[in-house]
Amino acid sequence: MKTGKHWHMLTVVGADRPGIVAKLTEALFRGGCNLGEASMARLGGNFSIMLMVEGGDAAALERLVRPVTDALGLRLHLDPIHGELHRHVEPNVQVTVYGADRPGIVAQATAALANAGFNILDLNTDVGGTPEQPIYIMLIEGYVAEGVAAVERAIVSLRASGIEVRVTALDTMIG
Amino acid sequence: MAVLEVLQYPDPRLKQVSAPVTVFDAALHAILVDLEETMRAGPGSVGIAAPQVNHFVRIAIVDVSSKPGILQHGCLRLINPEIVQRAGEVKGREGCMSVPDYTGSVLRAQSVRVRAQDSGGQWREFDFEGYEARAVQHEIDHLDGLLFLDRVVSPRHDLFRRKLYR
Repeated sequence: MKTGKHWHMLTVVGADRPGIVAKLTEALFRGGCNLGEASMARLGGNFSIMLMVEGGDAAALERLVRPVTDALGLRLHLDPIHGELHRHVEPNVQVTVYGADRPGIVAQATAALANAGFNILDLNTDVGGTPEQPIYIMLIEGYVAEGVAAVERAIVSLRASGIEVRVTALDTMIG
Repeated sequence: MAVLEVLQYPDPRLKQVSAPVTVFDAALHAILVDLEETMRAGPGSVGIAAPQVNHFVRIAIVDVSSKPGILQHGCLRLINPEIVQRAGEVKGREGCMSVPDYTGSVLRAQSVRVRAQDSGGQWREFDFEGYEARAVQHEIDHLDGLLFLDRVVSPRHDLFRRKLYR
């Protein structure tokens, strides 16, 4: 994988169905593009992908992908980015947050983490439970220079508000 | 004594199965010394296997003594190691000197009993747990041409794969 000049972040969103990733990436491959890192998630039944694409300017990329997204009824968005590969930051703390669903959980939890100097590297949330009693579950990984103790101090008030928070040190085994 | 060059994937040599050690002599001792020195030169590395440095023999070194507050046996030189018993399954994050700039979640047995020869050829048995057990399993995998990439699981969901061990 090269770290070249023309990287774009391609975002595609819409109703999910099988084969979207295959059709998108086939069009990009045929157009001579190279892919970087990508994350696809099905969020509330919606397809979503963010995909690093190298090759061509935004107009050229749109010409490649637009026929696919139009045919599948998907929304397409392109942003020029700095394609920084081979510079992963290792997370050292994992935070699990859950509770009865209500507005504000993410804002309160991430504000507490930000106050502790926590840099979020990965965040996923799900709404589980039943429609009558939904529960909100959030899994976060990140890096905080001061480690678990700093995070524990920062989340005391969160816990007091009835949100369950579990903080775990991540220790990557390098062999 | 020398810090040896560490092979990095996609070098196909990392996928080959290593041969048992049959002669316990000065040459073996020299490999052990170089292996340990190479492991200590790798930042944060707590283990190394001979095939990572282009010696396709069944030798692994594990030393997790730098990690505070865990069960551990100090610096282990495991020759012809075999896992004879496993118990439990835990997910943990692993990286590898042979796979730079990538770490992933891997399911490993929580505890393993390992039979291995020491540098004099004497068979010994060890019970490993947790982090040390993870390191031992990671290194023994190298002897069979397996990388942690062969065992990586989804970070988003705790999916327990069928037929995880072979």
